Amino acid sequence: MSALAAAAPETRFAAGLHALRANRAAMLSLLIVAGFAVLALLAPWIAPHDPTEGDLLRRLQPPAWMEGGEAAYPLGCDALGRDILSRLIHGTRVSMSIGVAVVLAATAIGALLGLLAGYLRGGFDVAISRVVDVLLGFPYLIFAIGLMAVMGPGLANIVLVLVIKEWVMPCRVVRAETLAAREMDYVEAARALGETTAHILFREILPNILSTLLVVATFRMAAIIIIEASLSFLGLGVQPPAASWGSMIADGRQFMLDAWWVSTLPGLAILALVLAINIASQGMRDAFDPGLRA
Amino acid sequence: MNPIALAERLLQLIPVLFGISAIVFSMMALTPGDPVDVMLGDSLATPAQRAAMRQDMGLDLPMHERFLRFLGNAVQGEFGTSFHHRRPVADVIAERIPATIELTLAAMLLALAIGVPLGVLAAVRRDGWFDRLATVATLLGVSMPGFWFGILAILIFSVTLGLFPVAGRIGYSSEVPFVTGMLLVDTLVAGKPKAFLEALRHLALPATTLGLAMAALLARVTRSAMIDALRQDYIVFAEAKGLSRARIVLRHALKNALIPTVTVAAIETGTLLGGNMIVETVFGWPGLGRLVVEAIFTRNYPIVQAAVLLYAVTYVLLNLVADILYTMLNPRVRL
Repeated sequence: MSALAAAAPETRFAAGLHALRANRAAMLSLLIVAGFAVLALLAPWIAPHDPTEGDLLRRLQPPAWMEGGEAAYPLGCDALGRDILSRLIHGTRVSMSIGVAVVLAATAIGALLGLLAGYLRGGFDVAISRVVDVLLGFPYLIFAIGLMAVMGPGLANIVLVLVIKEWVMPCRVVRAETLAAREMDYVEAARALGETTAHILFREILPNILSTLLVVATFRMAAIIIIEASLSFLGLGVQPPAASWGSMIADGRQFMLDAWWVSTLPGLAILALVLAINIASQGMRDAFDPGLRA
Repeated sequence: MNPIALAERLLQLIPVLFGISAIVFSMMALTPGDPVDVMLGDSLATPAQRAAMRQDMGLDLPMHERFLRFLGNAVQGEFGTSFHHRRPVADVIAERIPATIELTLAAMLLALAIGVPLGVLAAVRRDGWFDRLATVATLLGVSMPGFWFGILAILIFSVTLGLFPVAGRIGYSSEVPFVTGMLLVDTLVAGKPKAFLEALRHLALPATTLGLAMAALLARVTRSAMIDALRQDYIVFAEAKGLSRARIVLRHALKNALIPTVTVAAIETGTLLGGNMIVETVFGWPGLGRLVVEAIFTRNYPIVQAAVLLYAVTYVLLNLVADILYTMLNPRVRL
């Protein structure tokens, strides 16, 4: 074990932060993600127009820089004359809140079950592992589509369906890490000192796998944003008239020929956010987990 | 893999398949609305007739008996009658499978053809300009929503440039006798090169849309496996022997670097099956994915149930294949 890895967790984390700060692409990406987060939080105050109220006189009005556009509607309007910029800003809210909610819930559930399964082993581990195997047996989108078809569309249902499938990912990682940590000296020492299982799990093991968990969580958030957009694109996600990037792309499909901006712009928004999250996540992995670097 | 390990691995499949069937069954059992009402719609069937039909379909039985019946039928490929088509679900699904297999295989071949060379070159020229460019390209590839890319591709290549058809598998004028259901194969067997080219043009955009994200993933896997392989002792030894760089890369390193690539490709074929639903919808491709999406909106639950089960079982079997391939290619691993 290198001197760096043997140092106290705080120092290792600090070293990771330092390495992350030196990675310009990752820092820029984090800035972009933060920008999206601000848009999401302040959507009602930032958006220039109502995202659901349309003005049919402005039906498919082009963006401001094109002929027939106007500065008050910088990115143009959709088929119902709704301001695309305002819908994009409110769509950020949908995408980010679903991404954050699913990742937080799934990470909390998965980490807890993974810690318990990896540490206690035995029957509990077997039971959890079987459930994990079964859930892994479904391709992601097919599971989500099947369950959404049953539960019906809607924001709360999307989050629920995605959490039901998603907790498996952090659970596997945490279980494997816990299995390894269980045999390490610091855990042995804590056990010898007579610490409680809860103390060992949450005060000894968890802090040591926190950076791995953070990397997995950001990386998965990118995937979840795309899956939510796919569900909404198919009409199984967020319901109209609420603005979601996926449903905006679906709405614009039939007008693609006359009004390319309706579908193209929300797609660019997804691409920008997901790309930024992916680059940031890769930077974090390189910084916190140098061993994982290829 | 020795026979005992294989048998063990097969036995492990049983609880997984059982669990998957239980989830698929409960998905549908929990669905609001009575299937009999959905089937009969607003017809003038009397309550007695409805009750008879319910009994006929086994809907009056307790849940666990219904599940056992479902399992027994599923094993025989019996999934009831499609509400919409009024034909056995198995027949409706079987018709759509060749189109989906054709699209998936084409996408996977394309992904391997692009992803593997890209990953190898990026690894060999590590941290050079090609590597950087490839890193940007693969990041874009994995971050792009496939359905959006497909819509843009239709707009640019089909509508504006007129290079490819907008939707479908083949023009209405071409008649292809059924052999495998995969048009690229059937047109060749029938000796119709014009129809073959037409089918190929229809396939090009959906296969590219589906395959590009996978190509990006495979390139990343190949790159890191290749970097790893190039660091091994036997490479240093080969270099010391004075073998040419090309020979070392292609004959020695690549052989080992491909192990993770092949494994990931087998597993990710399951992801392609999921991506099919989106891409088939965008391109009007008459495969299983589009059938499922249509079935969801017409509340045609037997189709959804059978298809989700089929997808999941295929996915689990692909994982098994990946495991077996992995051990075959890498004799150091014993399962």
